Amino acid sequence: MALAFKQETFRNDYKYSNSPNAIKRFPFPFAEDQYMYSVNIEPHVKGKTGSVSEFAFDVDEHYVGECLDKQLTLDLDRGRYAALPHMMDAQWDFVELTMEALSNDYPEHFSLKKEGLNWTWENKPLNIKQSFVFGDASTMPMDPFEFMSKQVQGDFVLLDQRDETLYADAGFVTSQADWSLAFDVGMSWREWHAPVPRATELGVMDRALKYLLNLQLGSPVRRLNWTMTVNPRLDTSPENYPLWGTDRNTVNPENVADKVHLRVELQSLFRLPRSNGIVFSIRCYLMSLRELSSYPRWAKRLHRVQKTMHPDLIEYKGMTKFHPMMVEWLSQFDDGSAMAVGTQPE
Amino acid sequence: MSMIDIKVAAVEQVTPLVKHFTFVKRDGSPFPAFSGGSHVVVSMNVGGRVHRNPYSLMGSPADTDAYHISVRKQEQSRGGSVFMHENVEVGTSLQITYPVNLFSLAKKAHKHILIAGGIGITPFMSQLIDLNRLNANFELHYAFRSPEHGAFADKLKAICSDKLHCYADSKGERLDLLALLSKQPLGTHVYVCGPNPMVVAVIETARNLGWPENHIHSEQFLSPGIGEPFKIQLAKSNIEVHVPAEMSMLEAIEAAGVEADYLCRGGVCGRCEVNVLESDGALLHHDHFLTDAEKAAGKKIMPCVSRARCDRLVLDL
Repeated sequence: MALAFKQETFRNDYKYSNSPNAIKRFPFPFAEDQYMYSVNIEPHVKGKTGSVSEFAFDVDEHYVGECLDKQLTLDLDRGRYAALPHMMDAQWDFVELTMEALSNDYPEHFSLKKEGLNWTWENKPLNIKQSFVFGDASTMPMDPFEFMSKQVQGDFVLLDQRDETLYADAGFVTSQADWSLAFDVGMSWREWHAPVPRATELGVMDRALKYLLNLQLGSPVRRLNWTMTVNPRLDTSPENYPLWGTDRNTVNPENVADKVHLRVELQSLFRLPRSNGIVFSIRCYLMSLRELSSYPRWAKRLHRVQKTMHPDLIEYKGMTKFHPMMVEWLSQFDDGSAMAVGTQPE
Repeated sequence: MSMIDIKVAAVEQVTPLVKHFTFVKRDGSPFPAFSGGSHVVVSMNVGGRVHRNPYSLMGSPADTDAYHISVRKQEQSRGGSVFMHENVEVGTSLQITYPVNLFSLAKKAHKHILIAGGIGITPFMSQLIDLNRLNANFELHYAFRSPEHGAFADKLKAICSDKLHCYADSKGERLDLLALLSKQPLGTHVYVCGPNPMVVAVIETARNLGWPENHIHSEQFLSPGIGEPFKIQLAKSNIEVHVPAEMSMLEAIEAAGVEADYLCRGGVCGRCEVNVLESDGALLHHDHFLTDAEKAAGKKIMPCVSRARCDRLVLDL
């Protein structure tokens, strides 16, 4: 299916919306009426045709807009990209993984030609053509990881595995939900998960780490994570808190449906071959409450999930200010009748 | 678990006890690249029973046209290594797992000391290529019984030049671990692969010299070992499985048609860990994964290498 890329902005005038097809394929994360923090990792196998998990990396109608926004964020703050020197093999692993996946899965938009180590990459939507020698960073206009991170939707962290844990030793992070690469680079698994309430005491993080240390080449995994964001803003970084934090005060009963967005992260993890590292990919999907309510089943489910949310999590996810208004607006879709388990739209 | 279909492209007798095998993919496509120190698990059908043995990948990690392993014929083989030596020839089809690395190089090390005993040289064969490519500071110390058992010594000389130090036991050449490890600069990592006494000696020498634990790396795949036969009950599957003397618990579970998770099959990775629901005797833990406290608690067991001396052992499978 040929994709029509939209012209969008993720700041200032917030010119952003989802087409009916994008709403339908949205990775709605709530299968049950109550939300509980869990590992919820599953194999990242090929999903249904047209779904966000059909391919290793999802490219959708927001591709061009998101890639331009990444560049804007990086131009304003070079600290959004970082790579420690020992991560160069992992950088090339990332180049190979993403170039092969995109050119195989979206041949009308991307192509990769290889003659031995002489590779030529073409990205038609962004109008990029680059020949280079695989493994020789001097033949690239910038770090190989930076080059490709800019051309795939979402954020990427390259993890080094040592001392029986994982270290976030490289990253390209411009659309994060209130965390910072500059704070986290070089940190270990336990260090960067320390703020997550209730997860440590449940042993969730230890189990997930054990699982990931055994992650296998050729068998990637994925999970969904979520939060709520005011305005369709990709860059909700702590560094820029003054630019977006106060938006939480602008929500009122009249605009809550259009301002408050469900933000879902499709997180996938791939073992990398040469470096034995892991790439952690965080792809963000945004949908306003109004768009979401085009499927009343989703609105009804979200109402129940939000209504029963633990106060610690409401606080952690930064929803305290607008949470009651959101629950109130969603309540119109909830008749109280029982709902079957599942995330399907209707 | 994803598997790769391969066929054997070449077999070479390297020493009286070691054969070298070259694998290519059956569909002709390239293998994935891998990192130095990786292994694959080879599945072989030995008289109707599936054997799965881990072997280190030896070639250049950048060579994706072929994978290379070497197999030492074990004197007390449970069948796998003898099968590889006597039944596997050019053209034989086999299945292997994707590469797994449980013995990777520490990328931030300032210096690397590699110590190999006998067939323990195999994981280093690929690591050396990575170390050379990264222009790393390293030394390889390779001990073997006698020159005819020093597999790959010539090849290693070509790769390592003056960084290679060989010790032939028959010539009275000994590796002095204390002297070697006591003179290393801060930030040095030591890696050892070889027979158990050698692995233990390196770890203990380094510890006694005050080396930090995360600078000491070892790899030693355990064979499941032959023991007394026993019976297990699988609670979820609701069946009883007999574990014969020369079969591992994991193999017996698989032979009974129950799918169990695994990765290294050598007691290292922890992937096959299973909860013990009930037991009335002794669990014989042989793995390197569980902590001493976990072993003593008796709530978990690694069925790939461990056994039991129980009348009743119920597993959560």
